[in-house]
Amino acid sequence: MTKELITGAELIVRSLEHLNVSTVFGVPGGAILPAYDPLYDSPIRHILARHEQGAGHMAEGYAQATGELGVVIATSGPGATNLITPLANALMDSTPLLAITGQVASTAIGNDAFQEAYTVGLSMAATKHNYLITDASEIPQVLKEAKYIATSGRPGPVLVDVPKDILNQKTIWVEPKSLDLPGYKPTLEPNPKMIQQAATLIKSSKKPILYVGGGIIHSKSHKELYDLATTYNIPVVTTLMGRGAFPDGHELCLEMPGMHGNYTATTSIQNSDLLIAIGVRFDDRVTANPDFFAQNAKVIHADIDPAEIGKVREAQVPIVGDAKSVLIGLIEALKGSDLDTASWINDLKDMKQNFPLSYDQKDDGPLKVPYVLEQLQNLTEEEAVVVSGVGQHQMWISQHWNFTEPHTWLNSGGLGTMGYSLPAAIGAQTAFPDKLVLALDGDGCFQMTCQELITASTENIPIKVVVFNNGNHGMVRQWQKIFYNSKFSASELTHHTPDYVKLAESMGAVGLRMTKKDDVKKIFTEMLNTNDKPVLIDCVVDPDDMVFPMVPAGGSNDQIIMNKEDLKQL
Amino acid sequence: MSERILSVLVEDKPGVLARVSSTISRRGFNINSLSVGPTHIEGRSKMTIVTELDAVEQVKKQLNKLVNVIKIVELDPEMTIETEVLLLKVSINKDTQTSVIEKANLSSAKSVDVGQDYAIFEMTGSSKELNKFEKLMKPFGIIEMVRGGRIAIQSNL
Repeated sequence: MTKELITGAELIVRSLEHLNVSTVFGVPGGAILPAYDPLYDSPIRHILARHEQGAGHMAEGYAQATGELGVVIATSGPGATNLITPLANALMDSTPLLAITGQVASTAIGNDAFQEAYTVGLSMAATKHNYLITDASEIPQVLKEAKYIATSGRPGPVLVDVPKDILNQKTIWVEPKSLDLPGYKPTLEPNPKMIQQAATLIKSSKKPILYVGGGIIHSKSHKELYDLATTYNIPVVTTLMGRGAFPDGHELCLEMPGMHGNYTATTSIQNSDLLIAIGVRFDDRVTANPDFFAQNAKVIHADIDPAEIGKVREAQVPIVGDAKSVLIGLIEALKGSDLDTASWINDLKDMKQNFPLSYDQKDDGPLKVPYVLEQLQNLTEEEAVVVSGVGQHQMWISQHWNFTEPHTWLNSGGLGTMGYSLPAAIGAQTAFPDKLVLALDGDGCFQMTCQELITASTENIPIKVVVFNNGNHGMVRQWQKIFYNSKFSASELTHHTPDYVKLAESMGAVGLRMTKKDDVKKIFTEMLNTNDKPVLIDCVVDPDDMVFPMVPAGGSNDQIIMNKEDLKQL
Repeated sequence: MSERILSVLVEDKPGVLARVSSTISRRGFNINSLSVGPTHIEGRSKMTIVTELDAVEQVKKQLNKLVNVIKIVELDPEMTIETEVLLLKVSINKDTQTSVIEKANLSSAKSVDVGQDYAIFEMTGSSKELNKFEKLMKPFGIIEMVRGGRIAIQSNL
């Protein structure tokens, strides 16, 4: 039997189908055109974004909401360079992403051809790994490898660059072989000796803290975390990327520590005698100046990425392994032991009561974001997927929203990419058409990728967007107020702000506006009852509100600024 | 600060040198020398990286994350055979010719090309030996000098 000849483009589409990819996000163009031809006939759903950055964040939102691979397609040159931001974002937040880019014909590479960019070189530092295809027959094997690398170990983005002549090259389908990656063997199972050492430290600790992050969510080990924390009464702080890994509202949950963390979470780490750090990387937004971070604590640090262990803080017990296996190992090793943490938990409970998060919403005053968030959460019955931009609103959401499940909080934590929220929400809603997906964004962020609202309308993706409109780059303004003598250089957006309601309507969405306390319930109810179209709310909020608590960059977590009054002592 | 020598086994794939050097530079690490060449195993190359870093553990871990990097061994300087290659072109004239060649012979440099007004020497040895030879030749007028990266192998005691 002669084997059917098919093109490289068909191999890509067929490979994606074999890899169980059901949705891709992208923008076509010259070099990638051959791939779009068979894609048209495939059951794979293609969402046409308005900008490749948007397509990339959509794929990230899809991946973060599902815990599975997100796929984005772009053309050569500008298509690929526009993808660099989402790739770097996915690398920082360990999001499994596959990017397929067209490239100029292999015969033209290096000649400065039309729409040529050195995509493999440009994306090298923004991906976990990347490939340039040199023969169509490699495609099934490379895509299988790419998915494996993107989704295994510490997840991350992988890019596959395919020249146009390779897309048109005819070859036969060759079933991919089993993977042979001699240099890539993630360690999943922790060393039992290390687990025993960790258990010994935990047993003798009086003030342990479970300091957990995105690694718990990636390894789908929130249940094991819950078992460990509740069986042995160990308080938990969840980092920005780990929100939802342990349920807010539980008496052991201290929520987010760090620069804008709540007082108790940040201080609990400072006062702790043992940090049980799992799936975290001691980011500077958590530690502030590491020399003053948890000075009296021993550290157990477990991560799937060996390079994270000891990078910032020396660990007395380093554990390389998957968070799930580590947690299971610890639960087993601690069996029968009784931790004496009651007085520690009581201290923390008192601290929570004495230093709560607060905001000041006046009846006739401008709206405050924390108030609006609380009202919105009160009105939502189901567990919403909340997708944030970057800045003040992001911190307020992380502080004030109650997250009780993993994969319900999507944000750009590591890279801090403004413009992430709207497209990522589209990606999440694509994965879960029936879930409530909220893009809670700032007006500065929104203007960076707002064209994707058209994508949502066109593709019938009924996301709900709330633009917290303070007419400013709010966090920049806050820093200028504190550190630059209120010199508001280039942070004001107010002189020419779009009419967001009209903008929404012009893009096929429902546009609503709220400006005062009386509006909030009514407008949110209208938003939540609209499910046939995307909805956007222009939520006009106080431009002078500031996020507290705050630890200035490079400061000590022992010196937390709690409010405006504390600022005077700076 | 003392030198650290890393022997890095990599897959012989396009771009692997760029990946390694980009990882080193993007993490803000400096290297004294980097050389790469094939090994006796097909599809495998060996890189020798010499650095003066305290943070060599971080470098090793970051390099290990590269998919094409198979194994990294830090060589113990006490038990390492290390060599480097040099080609040096030096001016000569009737007056200096004898002296130059004598000095080269004493340094165990090999003359590979001699013209009317120049001589080219080849030498392998430790960095120290090569530095010494360069110093010896300097007064005669070095026209050009090329040094290859340092390579190293662990001795069996």
